[in-house]
Order: sequence, then structure tokens, then C-alpha cells
Amino acid sequence: MADTLALAAHAAPRGWRSPISEPRTIRRVLIGLTIVLLGLFLILPLAAVFVEALRLGVGRFLVTFGNPDARAAIWLTLLVAAVAVPCNLVFGVAAAWAIAKHEFRGRAFLISLIDLPFSVSPVVAGLVYILLLGSNSAIGGFLLENYDLRIIFAVPGIVLATIFVTFPFIARELIPLMQDQGTGDEEAALSLGASGWQTFRHVTLPNVKWALLYGVLLCNARAMGEFGAVAVLSGKLRGETVTMPLQVELFYNEYQSVAAFSLASLLAALALVTLVVKSWLEWRYADQLAAGARAH
Amino acid sequence: MSRIRFRQQSVIPGFGLTFGFTIFYLALIVLIPIAGLYARTFELDWESFRQIVTGPRFLAALKLSFGASLLAALFNAVIGVVIAWVLVRYDFPGRRIVDAIVDLPFALPTAVAGIALTAIYAPSGWVGSLFAPYGIRIAYTPLGIWIALVFIGLPFVVRTVQPVLQDFNRETEEAAATLGASRRRTIWSVMLPTLLPAVLTGFALAFARAVGEYGSVIFIAGNIPRQTEILPLLIVFRLEEFNYPAAAAIAAVMLTASFLILLAINLIQAWSQGRYSHG
Repeated sequence: MADTLALAAHAAPRGWRSPISEPRTIRRVLIGLTIVLLGLFLILPLAAVFVEALRLGVGRFLVTFGNPDARAAIWLTLLVAAVAVPCNLVFGVAAAWAIAKHEFRGRAFLISLIDLPFSVSPVVAGLVYILLLGSNSAIGGFLLENYDLRIIFAVPGIVLATIFVTFPFIARELIPLMQDQGTGDEEAALSLGASGWQTFRHVTLPNVKWALLYGVLLCNARAMGEFGAVAVLSGKLRGETVTMPLQVELFYNEYQSVAAFSLASLLAALALVTLVVKSWLEWRYADQLAAGARAH
Repeated sequence: MSRIRFRQQSVIPGFGLTFGFTIFYLALIVLIPIAGLYARTFELDWESFRQIVTGPRFLAALKLSFGASLLAALFNAVIGVVIAWVLVRYDFPGRRIVDAIVDLPFALPTAVAGIALTAIYAPSGWVGSLFAPYGIRIAYTPLGIWIALVFIGLPFVVRTVQPVLQDFNRETEEAAATLGASRRRTIWSVMLPTLLPAVLTGFALAFARAVGEYGSVIFIAGNIPRQTEILPLLIVFRLEEFNYPAAAAIAAVMLTASFLILLAINLIQAWSQGRYSHG
């Protein structure tokens, strides 16, 4: 009896529409519009990368990866990410510990400063290092003369610029989450006699591990794909200071279209893997990621 | 006697170490280099600075960069609300995939996006060849720049509006409906005002990103001086001529603009938190 009543209450008459939803036609039009827009602006370029890469067949596609310049670029990109990501990882954890687990004046301001590199043009990011560390600046000249250490138009500069543009990624995933988690767990561990390091290692770290992975993932994608900042201060010495995105540009400007798109397809594949892992983390561990994690 | 403390006492250790390292690293990587840029600009005397920032090539690039970015961010604001609405409110096959795809511009390296967009919109490309017979050129014109800027700015409004729409209390809509408001009126006068701070924040973020964008634009722009030359490219040209003071002056103008946009975003957020206590 109760079941029948419940059913009757839910069965809406034909043609009835919820007052807090839109008519079916409008719904369909909006869904269609979304798919067309995303298809046109996002899917089409992505598809173009792979189609252009394979235009002359798989053989020509694979030839690119035997090219010594392309190989050197792939290695350099891996090297740069392998240095830049851990640097920002250490910074992100330290900053989150200081900001989220302690109360002090000017926290909001400090968070704004950490986010600053997101609003700086990549070209400007490269430029500030040239002005500060170029061979005709005070510091750059000193390093070059006394230690024969070249930073600008060399690998250290590329690493620095990459650290700059990926600076906020890990910190901004950790800070809101660790703020939400509060200090209760840590206080319990400390009162039970754990040392500060033990508390961090066995209490805090397990609480934030998925957010940490999420931050590292985004940081790495940007580190490997950065173009503007690196382009400005790399000097583009083939096989020495050319990262994958820069090699794509060099091939493209030499009208080696297939080579450019083949190398680009590797970067596009990296982007796709990043998106898949990111979506999986959001789906599986939504409760263990910062609430605002998605709004970049 | 009470003293205002910088930090509240707590049993959690490690503040000195982590705070000190945070400030040190922040200063080393971000603050000192940026301060150095302004210092370099101040080495110029006023007359040379004025000449750089009133030159016709600079003004044309400024107008193009800010104009195209504004139009792209406006377009992104409108379609961003539609896409966020569809993703939050409607269920359809493949919704999760569509949701994930929105972040593509964040994940795809800008240079890859740049050459791909150029391949599509060049006169011989998939889309470009459809328009070429009518004499409409997309790549190597301001229209191409606009398309690249729409691409890189697309996720911002979607991702700022989505969580607000998700948390939106549906009883408010029901209340509006029972009070006799049409659906259109409910959306216009009840829902959109609540979404407005998020839309504005997303718009400002997309605009800031578009003004500074380099990689995805330079391939499709054609880079003709005074016609399709954007500000970041002008900096690159000045650098290649080793004209560092001029490059620094242009960068200082851009950096100041980004600071103003950042300030605007913070003001929008303070305003919306004052308006809706839940922020």
C-alpha cells in the first residue's frame, strides 16, 4: 500500500515538467551546444596533432624519435622536470605546513604572493631572470667570471624559469586541504610523545598524499610543456638547451611539419595521461583533495 | 600589558624552519627577480620610458593584446556559464568525459596547441579551407589570435562557476517558482546574481592569462608588426635586439596590469563574501 502511494506521488503526468528544470528542447540544445563548442575548440586541435603526425604514415612518425636533436630535447625535458618538480614539492610541503598548521599575521597575503607566478606572463618570467642573471648583470657576470657558471642561455636558466612558472601548483593543492584538516591529529600525535618529524611522516603525510600526487601531476605537466619562459632564455642551442616544446617550434619553423607534430604528439599524449589520472583522482579521492582543487 | 603577537602560540613544531624556508624560496625565485625588473625599468629616464610606451608599434600591440584578450574572456564567460550549467544540471552519456576534457587547455603544452590550431585554421586546414573560398582568413589575422585565446581561457569560468552551481540551494529555485516566477525569471533574477562573483573571477583569470599568453598565439598570429603582433612577442623582439631597457619597460607595463587584475579578483572575492556570508 505504502509502495503504491510512493509510486503514485512520483509518477508525473505526461507533459508535466519540474518547475526547477528547463524544457526538454532547451536542455537538448544546451547539451548539443556544449558538445559542439568543446569539440570545435578542444577536441579538433587535439585530433589535428595526431592526424598531422601520422599524415605520412607510421614510419615517418617514428623517424622523428631517432633524430638526435629530438632525443636530446626529450632528455632535457625529463631532466628539467626531474629538478623543478622536487624543488617545488619541498617548497609546497614547507609552505603548507607553515601556513595551514600555524596562525600568524599576513597569511592571506603570503598565499597571494605564492599564487603570483600564475598571473605573470611566461615571457616576463623568462625576462626577469635574464635581467637578474644575464652575463651583463652584476650577479650573472660574477658567476661567469669566477666560477665559469653560465645560467642564462644554459640549462640552469631553463630550470629556474620552469621552477618559476610551476611555483604555486603543489602549495595551492596542499594549503586549503591542510587548513580544512586542522591540527587535531597532529596535536594528538605530539601529546602521545611523537617527535615533530614522526608526526609529519606518519600523521600529516598520509592525510594529504592524494592531494600531493594531484599537485605533482599538474606541476609536472606544466614543467614538461612550458614554452614561453623557456623560449626566452634558452638561447636555442640545438641538442643542448632545447626542450621538447622548443624543438617542436624549431621543426615547425623549418617546415618539418611531420617531425614537429610527431614530437608534439608525445606532449599531447602526456597531457591526455595527465587528464586521465587527474580525473581518476578527482573521482576516487574527491574527499581527500582540496575542495577548491578544481578551480585553477 | 598585552602585545600584539605575530604568531599565536601552538604546540605544532617546525614553524621557524618551514616559514623561514618559504620566505627564502619565495624571495629567491619570485620576489627578487620581479623587483629587479622594476629596478631595471627605473634606470630609464622618464623621456625614454615615455618614448617606448607611446611608440606606435607598442600601442598597436597593446591594443591588440588587451582587445583580443577582452573579447576572448567575454566569450569564455558566456560559454563558460553554459558549459558549467550543462555539466552540473544535466545528465547525458559521456558527461564525465566532457567534464574531464574541459581541462585540456591546462594540460596541453601551449606550443602544441599553437601549431595544432594553426594547422586547422590555416587557409589549407580543416576549418580554414571552409572559409577561404569566401575570402575569410582566420589564421594570421586577429581572428586567429582570438581563437587561440578562447582555447587557453576556456576552463577558467567553467571551473569557477561549477562549484558555486553545485552548492546552489535548489529550494531557492523552488521558492521562486512557487512565488510565480517563470523559469527564465528565476534564472535571470535569482540564480545569475549569485553566480556573478564566480563568473567575474573566472573572467578576470581568463583575461589575465590571455594577456600574457605567448606559446599558443605566436604560431597562429602571423606576427605582422602593428597588425598581428602581441605584447609578449614585442618583448621577445626587444630581447633579441639586446634592447633590455625597452624589454623591461614593456614587461613592467604588463606586470603592473596583472597586479591590477589580481587586485580586482581579490576585491571581487571580498565583495562576494560580504554579500553572501558563505562566500
